[in-house]
Amino acid sequence: MKILVPVKRVIDHNVKIRVKTDGSGVDLANVKMSMNPFDEIAVEEAIRLKEAGKADEVVVVSIGPAQAQDVLRTALAMGADRAILITVDGTVEPLTVAKLLKGVAENEQPGLVILGKQAIDDDANQTGQMLAALLGWSQATFASRIDLGADRAKVTREVDGGLQVIDVRLPAIMTADLRLNQPRYASLPNIMKAKKKPLEQKTPQDFGVTVEARLRVLRTEEPAVRQGGIKVANTAELFDKLKNEAGVI
Amino acid sequence: MDAKVESGSEAFSLNADQRAIQEMSQAFAADRVAPHALEWDEKRHFPADVIRETGPLGFGGIYVRDDVGGSALGRLDAVLIFEALAAACPGFSSFISIHNMAAWMIDVFGNEEQRKRFLPKLTSMEWLASYCLTEPGAGSDAAALKTRAVKSGDHYVINGSKQFISGAGVSDIYVTMVRTGEDGPNGVSTLVIPKDAPGLSFGPAEKKMGWHMQPTRQVVFEDCRVPVENLLSDEGQGFRIAMAGLDGGRLNIAACSLGGAQSAVDKAVAYTGEREAFGQKINRFQGLQFKLADMETNLNASRMLLYTAAARLDAKAPDASKWSAMAKRFVTDTCFDIANDALQLHGGYGYLHEYGLEKLVRDLRVHQILEGTNEIMRVIVARHMVGRS
Repeated sequence: MKILVPVKRVIDHNVKIRVKTDGSGVDLANVKMSMNPFDEIAVEEAIRLKEAGKADEVVVVSIGPAQAQDVLRTALAMGADRAILITVDGTVEPLTVAKLLKGVAENEQPGLVILGKQAIDDDANQTGQMLAALLGWSQATFASRIDLGADRAKVTREVDGGLQVIDVRLPAIMTADLRLNQPRYASLPNIMKAKKKPLEQKTPQDFGVTVEARLRVLRTEEPAVRQGGIKVANTAELFDKLKNEAGVI
Repeated sequence: MDAKVESGSEAFSLNADQRAIQEMSQAFAADRVAPHALEWDEKRHFPADVIRETGPLGFGGIYVRDDVGGSALGRLDAVLIFEALAAACPGFSSFISIHNMAAWMIDVFGNEEQRKRFLPKLTSMEWLASYCLTEPGAGSDAAALKTRAVKSGDHYVINGSKQFISGAGVSDIYVTMVRTGEDGPNGVSTLVIPKDAPGLSFGPAEKKMGWHMQPTRQVVFEDCRVPVENLLSDEGQGFRIAMAGLDGGRLNIAACSLGGAQSAVDKAVAYTGEREAFGQKINRFQGLQFKLADMETNLNASRMLLYTAAARLDAKAPDASKWSAMAKRFVTDTCFDIANDALQLHGGYGYLHEYGLEKLVRDLRVHQILEGTNEIMRVIVARHMVGRS
């Protein structure tokens, strides 16, 4: 079975982000970028399935600027077999990504697509679901455990009330939640071997997809600065503040 | 890492491999080392388990050939790794640097049998290695070393002691410079001594200013017997082997200072952006801004000099030794000052252990002394300029 894993290049999770002064978005100049952490978990899961003999090829794909090659190389260094880069400059919305991924899936015919449940930059949490709809495949989102069979899979999902186990037919779309696994570090020898693995470059035109913005960002703001707390002297004062200042009782 | 003090490495245009190496090393250091560094320091805990975790990542033989499990990388690659690890803990990084120097000596100067006997276990870090050159009476004047090895049948019998040995007592292998012949550099040989060699013992753990996460002890040889098969290269070649290791070792220790200083700058930028005094954030005061600007400038001047020196050693430039000496002297001095300035910017909190600044100052101080003192570095640089007297 072939597993397809889409990965996104995002602002590194350790970076303290700043909003551009004109409010048009987040300042990305001179900021460290890396692979979306949920996508790293998806790559790790695909590699583990291959190591367990349940898959025979792991293909990673990224949609983004030329520099997104770096995150594909990271995935190859972790153990993916080959990579596809669809070069697009500027913002790409989840629906466009899903349409492009549909094209990749039709070419590659994977038995399974594992995505991160969401990207930490826009937190859209839409791509996997949209891709499942476009392909008409089963979907198992927020996976914390995947038991892969030959033509079906049991997936444990993290839902509000606890865990839900579902049984899906393959091919399927799965999205990785935080507790699915702990991704490995790519070793130095594997980093050096990664550059010898194939990395194919494509454009949206190759898939007959036009990249167009359907959404318009009106304004981006930093969260309000948290106000300092106060100490209350007794429960009477606490009640008074909850009632008359906070208005919650 | 804070976006405002993004490391300046882009200016040197690292290639894609080097960026990946740097990123992996930073991620490992941030996840596995940084959260524990203060506790290891306080409890004088040697984290053998976390050090061994770096073996499967390829850190056990960064520039050892790959037929014995090495990563076969270059000196600039190694500098990026040690810089990244040192940002989490300079002592942790330096220990791995010493292990690498010892492994490299066996790779370059050992025969095939020795390489196959020692290196797979060193590159995987199943075994840890220490390096023994300095003696109680021979520091900067290393060629005056007195530890003597006398051949007796198929063994060498060693008597003497080695001083300030990092990892002594916990390492499995000791790459040791001994005297087998005449006085002076031509009488020195190199032996690989296993921890269980009869007659090998260790002094008490030294109480020292920094580098608390690794033990420093004397290594003592009393009729210590080591098979002749453990001699690297030939008798009399030891000083040449010792000197060959120094250029890379100096770059590595400079990288350990650079990473520590980067961490100090990051902490200073964060702290001065939070702390308020006289009604505003203290980073609004121009006096402190000037200090921050100088720290950032000096940090990147250090980085550029170090990367350049490493690139020259990779290119086997004829003046690579001069550049290594210049980088070691400049970077370890400058980065100590940066850490000390960062401590000052933290005021009284900088003096407290939990803020991590005083540890950085203590850890970085020794880098000005070991791997050739910074005074010896000046001697080397001047020799390249005006020749030997």
